[in-house]
Amino acid sequence: MARLLDVLRQQAGLTGTKEGCGEGECGACAVRIDGELVNSCLVPAAHAANASIQTIEGVAARGDLHVVQEAFLEHGGAQCGICTPGMVLAAVDLLERFPHPTEAQVRAALAGNLCRCTGYMRIFESVLEAARRISASRL
Amino acid sequence: MDAPQTGRSVRRKEGRAKLTGQALYVDDVAPAGVLHGVTVRSPIARGVVTGIHFDPAIDWDEFTIVTAADIPGVNRVKLIVDDQPYLASDVVNHAEEPVVLVAHADRARAEDARRRIRIDVDPRPPVFTIDEALAKREVIWGEDNVFKRYRVSKGDVERALGLAAIVVEGEYETGAQEQLYIEPNGMLAVADPEHGITVWGSMQCPYYIHAALARLFAVPEERVRVVQMETGGGFGGKEEYPSMLAGHAALLAWKSKRPVKMIYGRAEDMVATTKRHPSRTRHRTAIDREGRLLAMDIDFVIDGGAYCTLSPVVLSRGTIHAAGPYSCPNVRVSARAVATSVPPHGAFRGFGAPQSIFALERQMDRVAAAAGLSPEEFRRRNFIRPGETLAVGQTIKEPVNMPALLDRALAMSSYRAKRERFTRENGRGGPARKGIGFATFMHGAGFTGSGEVHLRSIVSVDVSREGNVRVLAASTEIGQGTNTIFSQIAADALGIDPDDIEIVRPDTSEVPNSGPTVASRTCMVVGKLVETAALSIRHTLVDSGYLGAVYDREHFFAACERYVDAFGRLRASSQYEPPSGLTWDDEQYVGDAYGTYAWAAYVAEVTVDLTTWTTRVDDFVAVQEVGRVINPTLAAGQIEGGVAQGIGWALYEDVVWREGRMLNAQMTNYIMPASMDLPDIRVYFEEVPYPNGPGGAKGIGELPMDGAAPAIVNAVAQATGANLTRLPLTPERLMAAMEMSVA
Ligand code: FES
Ligand code: FES
Repeated sequence: MARLLDVLRQQAGLTGTKEGCGEGECGACAVRIDGELVNSCLVPAAHAANASIQTIEGVAARGDLHVVQEAFLEHGGAQCGICTPGMVLAAVDLLERFPHPTEAQVRAALAGNLCRCTGYMRIFESVLEAARRISASRL
Repeated sequence: MDAPQTGRSVRRKEGRAKLTGQALYVDDVAPAGVLHGVTVRSPIARGVVTGIHFDPAIDWDEFTIVTAADIPGVNRVKLIVDDQPYLASDVVNHAEEPVVLVAHADRARAEDARRRIRIDVDPRPPVFTIDEALAKREVIWGEDNVFKRYRVSKGDVERALGLAAIVVEGEYETGAQEQLYIEPNGMLAVADPEHGITVWGSMQCPYYIHAALARLFAVPEERVRVVQMETGGGFGGKEEYPSMLAGHAALLAWKSKRPVKMIYGRAEDMVATTKRHPSRTRHRTAIDREGRLLAMDIDFVIDGGAYCTLSPVVLSRGTIHAAGPYSCPNVRVSARAVATSVPPHGAFRGFGAPQSIFALERQMDRVAAAAGLSPEEFRRRNFIRPGETLAVGQTIKEPVNMPALLDRALAMSSYRAKRERFTRENGRGGPARKGIGFATFMHGAGFTGSGEVHLRSIVSVDVSREGNVRVLAASTEIGQGTNTIFSQIAADALGIDPDDIEIVRPDTSEVPNSGPTVASRTCMVVGKLVETAALSIRHTLVDSGYLGAVYDREHFFAACERYVDAFGRLRASSQYEPPSGLTWDDEQYVGDAYGTYAWAAYVAEVTVDLTTWTTRVDDFVAVQEVGRVINPTLAAGQIEGGVAQGIGWALYEDVVWREGRMLNAQMTNYIMPASMDLPDIRVYFEEVPYPNGPGGAKGIGELPMDGAAPAIVNAVAQATGANLTRLPLTPERLMAAMEMSVA
């Protein structure tokens, strides 16, 4: 049974979604299916039939970076970049549900995304900064 | 010209590509007709291969199969001693040793075929521990199972031990640590006798692979091309192993005449590739009545696994750092790297130093207690000062001020007040105990001793008529920020913007050999070459008269255009020259081991739960002097990431071995720190410009791996009163140590 991850990467050519473990532990393969964050290495492709799938390629609208991506760029949220697509999707997902998260909420929301490079501090900072910018833009 | 670009948090150069999913890692490319390669590995730790059995149920003609017999050149991975075969033939020396390679266009078919090949091995007795290796009942490597020995000797240790008021003994152990870069190792190869060999992959050291492939195929080096793809983390784990994997992919490509991709799954990467060397360190420390160090007698042993790989150099760094940033008149370090029947251990951030520093900093706390001094007062009486000499006889010429670093770290963490409060509160009992502890240490930047002189690294900078400035170096971006800091350094030298600089992707057909991306050398050593080459472009333009002494960006580009029109091309190269006044004796192991050191004091605060025996780090302060900081955001990111790996090594990351193989080769049961597990990591840089580094910078990458584990375990020791000597400090180990202390 084909995994959604393989269909995305090999058939759709959307290689921004990464494979770090293949067993649902690292979150590098995270995508959103109908707005729900999932690890695509655990999802049979058939389950995503007719659903709307958002991958990292669909986060920046028409070439403009999403505020989350901007904040990651400015605050050092990405180092080697392999965890980054999944991390960004998890952050986007969090901020859509909780636009004003506390640091504890950010930590909890990213608990399924492992990063070996950053020690996470700058990722938390990036997500909190993105949240601040989103609220500022709504004022 | 504008304000300097170094010292600013310029955005990561390839950051946008990484954030949008456009950055290409090796598994993201798939040329037409590509085959997928897999590896059949030894089922046991040691034995004689008696046969290879292919399941007759499938048609093997569909597959490309490679064994040692197919190797055109030398079946040895080129490194230091060249003892490790690409493919084992008659004997196997560790579980998971590669024996057969298989490729097929369909990844699943290749995987199925792998399971249908059986390697028959007649077992021989394996050796699994440092003690067994040293006992030599079974000799598995050389004459005595020892890959390498070093001896550092200063003063008269025996005499000083005999005269001392107090002598403290201790024995410390550290476990293997899995790399766990989130992108596993991977390579893509095309190879045939006519066109030579090209590989693209995840790597730190393109020229290591380049030399290795030339030897494997017995072809001249010009016939080999190695290209780095975006690399998803390295930490040392992609220093030597990629030579093996590139060789495998190229052998399959050579035989099949098709492109071949080999991408390890997580489990395979964990069982088969290199980990941090396990270690055992014994200390005897003598002090006088004032708590001054009289003698340090250190026995340091690391477990290198079945082949030598980089063990001699890992041992060297561990040896030189074993006596730490202290002044002591009599020091002996006797160090050995031994062979065991497990997959070879290799380079991992810190490179032997975290192991010997863990032992030393635990020992220093225990010696302080024996002297009746606080840990900080004891350190203060013994810190190395300018003009004094380290254990290897290196006289400190830089203005190091360890007491000031320690003071800052203690102040930032409210150490004194907390230490007192925790002592008081722990006395009241209850399941939660608190502790705060620290470690003070140094880390040498660049290759050890004469290493940089032998490497003779080269960097080039060229400029096109259109003013496209390119930096050409083999130094790889592995997440640490090479691209960004090189463009900042070049921009400052040329008086232009970092955005004006292109960092050419490391491709051996295009970039000169600037040496491997290891040893915290990229910024300090290679960055200096970038600076020198860029300055020489600038001087060429000024000397030619096309550029004034004072100019802006537009003038610069106009001058480039005129220069190229007049002379055809504009290019400069720079080759490593050792700073003057450094001497090193490889035989005696004395002299200037490193051009300079980074200096640091780290503090950890912990809570230990005496019902579950779990330890949590509540706060972490990392204060260091690393010369001038080129990019504060990237530099702090390096420290935070290294501290996180150190916390993992200290508390969570436990490689479980059975019969020489890793049992818990999954992210589910090998636990690295996740977002909820880490404290705030607070980073402070004391900036003291280093005259021989670019813009005053030193090396930084490995340093943060050294300090977390000893600081944490010193804190747990305060919290529990137990004598803790082993890493990782899992709940089981803590419980056992507590029971021992009570008994
Ligand atoms: S690859 Fe899917 S969670 Fe790791
Ligand atoms: S940036 Fe490398 S794993 Fe997160």
